[in-house]
Amino acid sequence: MSIGTLPAAAGTQHELRIRALDHAFGRDEVLAGIDFRLRAGEVVALVGPSGCGKTTLLHLAAGLLTVQAGEVSNSFSSTAFMFQQPRLLPWKTALDNIALGLKAAGVGRDERHFRARELALRLGLAHRDLDKFPHQLSGGMQSRVALARALVLAPELLLLDEPFSALDVGLKEELYRLLLAQQAEQGMGVLMITHDLMEAVRLSDAILVMAPTPGRIVCRFELGQPAASRDDAWVYHHTAELLQAEAVRDSFGLPPGVPALAEVPAVRPGAGLRLVVPAEPVLGARGGARCGG
Amino acid sequence: MTLLRAWLAGLPAYLWSGWGAIASLFLLLAAWEAVSLVYGPLVMPDPRSAFATLWALIDSGAAWPELAATARRALSGYVLAVLAGSVLGLVAGLSMTASMMSRPLVTVLMGTPPIAWLVLAMLWFGASDGTPVFTVFVAAFPVIFIGALQGTRTLDNHLRGMAEAFRLPRRMMFVDVYLPHVVSYLFPAWIAALGTAWKVVVMAELLATQDGVGAALAVSRSHLDTASTMAWIAAVVGLLLAVEYLVLEPIKREVERWREQGT
Repeated sequence: MSIGTLPAAAGTQHELRIRALDHAFGRDEVLAGIDFRLRAGEVVALVGPSGCGKTTLLHLAAGLLTVQAGEVSNSFSSTAFMFQQPRLLPWKTALDNIALGLKAAGVGRDERHFRARELALRLGLAHRDLDKFPHQLSGGMQSRVALARALVLAPELLLLDEPFSALDVGLKEELYRLLLAQQAEQGMGVLMITHDLMEAVRLSDAILVMAPTPGRIVCRFELGQPAASRDDAWVYHHTAELLQAEAVRDSFGLPPGVPALAEVPAVRPGAGLRLVVPAEPVLGARGGARCGG
Repeated sequence: MTLLRAWLAGLPAYLWSGWGAIASLFLLLAAWEAVSLVYGPLVMPDPRSAFATLWALIDSGAAWPELAATARRALSGYVLAVLAGSVLGLVAGLSMTASMMSRPLVTVLMGTPPIAWLVLAMLWFGASDGTPVFTVFVAAFPVIFIGALQGTRTLDNHLRGMAEAFRLPRRMMFVDVYLPHVVSYLFPAWIAALGTAWKVVVMAELLATQDGVGAALAVSRSHLDTASTMAWIAAVVGLLLAVEYLVLEPIKREVERWREQGT
């Protein structure tokens, strides 16, 4: 917190830096040579097929797994994690669930309830929902509670593990909006896993594409327009564009794209979606051989 | 303290909800009466004479010392089993090896009939209180141990991961994550074990001691006094029902309020 909360100013100070990270479960090599950096105020999406080590990578970044080789340095002062499932404690009310992290941080009862309630109301939960137990809430409400539980900590870095994958379109849109508003307000860094390309295009500043066996980052796309000003047409267009990229098709095991379509928007410099050269030093995404084109 | 207050506040509504249970108990009494009408009072005295005998026993003061002796033995064995079973079950549940090793042992304990333990206890402890207390302990211990073991083993890995991600300190991990889950397994086990303790103590007394309800039953059996036999049975069952439904069940409801179905 030494330097201002403006993302640009904080950039040099607070960052999540992952260098030459390898990980294996027993003899299964799960991650190999992961290398990237996430700075304050930046939203980075990790996309890739199931089983390519995304969750392992996120758990390593969160410190839930021990780093075996390489380096994970997280200079953000606070980190929060949101899981794929809500993972609420069934014996605690929604309010106590939201305040869980604050309680762990030693915040007093009145203070943490006040902060939890205030945020919960902003995220569309009603007063009466907060006294209910998780099983009395709908799936959407449970997701809001889980999001609130992460956001109430006002984390500088938020790690999201496919948090919206089980929700319907309307609810997803609403939670995207709430998340982006909080992110913009607090200048949070966000690292999110998704296998929904549209979600990645909708929310992130940069997309890291991963490929499986072993999990590695094959290329990095950057999105020009700020997330808040992207409309549906922009998102559809660029999702389609992303889907035509050779590295993406390859990673998800799709057959090569129709050449006529693939050529038009895929790697056009200066467009909304920009394939970053793997060796570019500043935002150093390390790419595999397949990214070279 | 809050638990006590919640218990007192919830008592009237809880008692009112007991009408259904009372109705089914009355059905049982009706069946009892029907059997006694068919087979005659020597085989089965009717409920009124059994309760009259019970009332006479209570009124003369003869019932209390016996009931107190039985309750003392049952509760001593039960409390020991609750302490040992809960603690050891929790500890065993924390280690995969310990739980795998202990499970067959507990199955052996569960499978050994209490009467066999009683014979051993009589050899070891003679006619002292040790015999019924030990038998109760051995019968109730595995029930509680299994409950505690399963409570610890079934803790959701997802919740543990979540607790780690939110940096829950050790104490909170125990109080807010492990304990509520384990208690939801332990409580039913405690209640089941109490029933076992109550049954086993009477059996042990019947064979091994000079006082207590079991000994009184032995006396009434030798006198072919079915009315007082039924009176003692009614007394023991009545006490068990009272402890279970007036004390344990309301606490269980309060502790497990989070399980109630949604509105």
